[in-house]
Amino acid sequence: MASGNVLHVLYNDDDILMKAVKALRSKHYRIIEVYTPFPVHGLDKAMGLPYTRIAICSFIYGLIGLSVATLMMNFIMIEDWPRNIGGKPSFSYLQNMPAFVPIMFELTVFFAAHLMVITFYMRSKIWPFKKAENPDVRTTDDHFLIEVDAANHDLDELSKFLYDTGATEISLIHNEEHA
Amino acid sequence: MYTLSSKLRLFAIISMVLGLVGVVYGFLSVPATVEEASEVLAAHEAHHGEEASHEEANFVDEARQEHGYSEKAMAHDKDMGHEAHGQGEHMEHVLHQMQTKPWSAVFVAAFFFMMIALGTLVFYAIQNAAQAGWSPVLFRVMEGITNYLLPGSVIVLLIVIFAGEHFFPWQNHELVAEDTILQEKSVYLNFPFWLIRGIIYVIGWNLYRHFARKNSLAMDDAEGDRPYKNLFKYSVYFLAFFIVTESTMAWDWFMSMTPHWYSTLFAWYIFASMIVSAVTVIAIVTVSLKTIGKLEFVNDSHLHDLAKFMFGFSVFWTYLWFGQFMLIWYANIPEEVTYFILRIQEYNPIFFGMIIINFVFPIVILMNSDFKRVSWFVVIAGVFILVGHYIDIFLLVMPSTVGPHWSFGITEFAALLFFLGLFILMVGLGLAKVSLRPKNNPFLVESEHFHY
Repeated sequence: MASGNVLHVLYNDDDILMKAVKALRSKHYRIIEVYTPFPVHGLDKAMGLPYTRIAICSFIYGLIGLSVATLMMNFIMIEDWPRNIGGKPSFSYLQNMPAFVPIMFELTVFFAAHLMVITFYMRSKIWPFKKAENPDVRTTDDHFLIEVDAANHDLDELSKFLYDTGATEISLIHNEEHA
Repeated sequence: MYTLSSKLRLFAIISMVLGLVGVVYGFLSVPATVEEASEVLAAHEAHHGEEASHEEANFVDEARQEHGYSEKAMAHDKDMGHEAHGQGEHMEHVLHQMQTKPWSAVFVAAFFFMMIALGTLVFYAIQNAAQAGWSPVLFRVMEGITNYLLPGSVIVLLIVIFAGEHFFPWQNHELVAEDTILQEKSVYLNFPFWLIRGIIYVIGWNLYRHFARKNSLAMDDAEGDRPYKNLFKYSVYFLAFFIVTESTMAWDWFMSMTPHWYSTLFAWYIFASMIVSAVTVIAIVTVSLKTIGKLEFVNDSHLHDLAKFMFGFSVFWTYLWFGQFMLIWYANIPEEVTYFILRIQEYNPIFFGMIIINFVFPIVILMNSDFKRVSWFVVIAGVFILVGHYIDIFLLVMPSTVGPHWSFGITEFAALLFFLGLFILMVGLGLAKVSLRPKNNPFLVESEHFHY
């Protein structure tokens, strides 16, 4: 982790932020995190974050939902208590399958959507009643904040570079917990 | 600027000639008399061995007796074929179905290619009416494909007019005279009104295509935004016109083949087939033109979006197919369920195979985001989708017109070949006339920089 100084650099426009992030990365400065009031399109690529794997999770969750629906309807409607509804065959899942397709579809979507959201929360380390981590409340309104690792860098040179990228405010944070 | 290569033109012309020969052979080789039909049937059955005869007295009949169906119509509906007893009336019916077969084969192929052009026209109109920012670089490709609409739609109209009683039992006056249901439906299903409707559809669609193309080309040299505004206006009018005429077209040309059967989402179901085939062809043509270096301004994000539409509309088609199937299967009302009984009993492998090709295959292949950008992947998925939707049209027409006496033989293949040749020729000519890069479209710059 950052062994000392961190710079909190504020911007007031997402386009300027994007340019600043690209400039910082081209100069090989380390960006710890970026806080924005809304999702900025293309920011993940500009920051060089790895691709999300949530799509794979979603696919697996969907398959789980499909299996749960199949097993559940098989148990309820075929094994445990076969019911004659509209004269439809109640002794074989396969023959009665069209009646269960809506349930299979809905549970696939339900499992995929809900488990995906829960996974996202866990991966982002957020849960109900958690204290917000954002370093400056203005990032929830109209400001954009880049956390830049300032350890082992010349602070004056770095600050000048950041002002040139369009920063409106720069503050130095002594990160003593990690010191 | 693209020019149709001489090899491709030669291929198209040879296909058309071969196709025409095959279709003529198909029309000449149908049995002319009951005796000949019996011989064909006997040879066919000897070849395949004796099939288990289907239970003849099916539950459909009793429920119907009260409702004023003509006896002939009932015989027609419950006739699943293959019964051993060769009574005269049954054989006459079989003869009629055999004579209908080449008509159906030509109609299936003609409509399949016409609906690709029509679906492309609708997709193009939607892009214009929605002022879409991603698609203007593809407009010339779409206009090229819709070049087939004029010959295609005229041929389809001529086929349904001249097929007459082969396709549409309600045009048979003897049948209608005994059938109170058809008599009541004759307010809508009568020949003059039906003919006028068909002509209106074809004229309306082609008028839009003509003026859209004209304004799109005028945009290239225009000073102001007049042509663009006109194109927008025509697109909106066309979409309103299309949504009505597509529904009535589906009833007139497909649903009235079985005039006692109806389904309220049938028109949407045909539209779904139409639009998914159209987007698939747009994608395939785009990939082919890009491969020969004529569309360097189209990037893989455009292809990605087309593939998303292919995926999405495949699912949409399945939704409608299943929505129609499940309700009819569950309710099990005799006059509705005959539609699926015939298709499941006599067309079983292609009926269920079609769902695998049209649903499972696109879902599995096109789900991954990265695969949608790989052009050969999209082309392979597209070819399967097109085969699947040809089968879909085949299953709309064949069971209703020829019943159990279907096959995929020389006539069907030749008809497909003929219209494929015509399609390649017309689309090639449509693409060739002008620059593939439209100019002065207000969204062109946005479209060229489109990225995902």
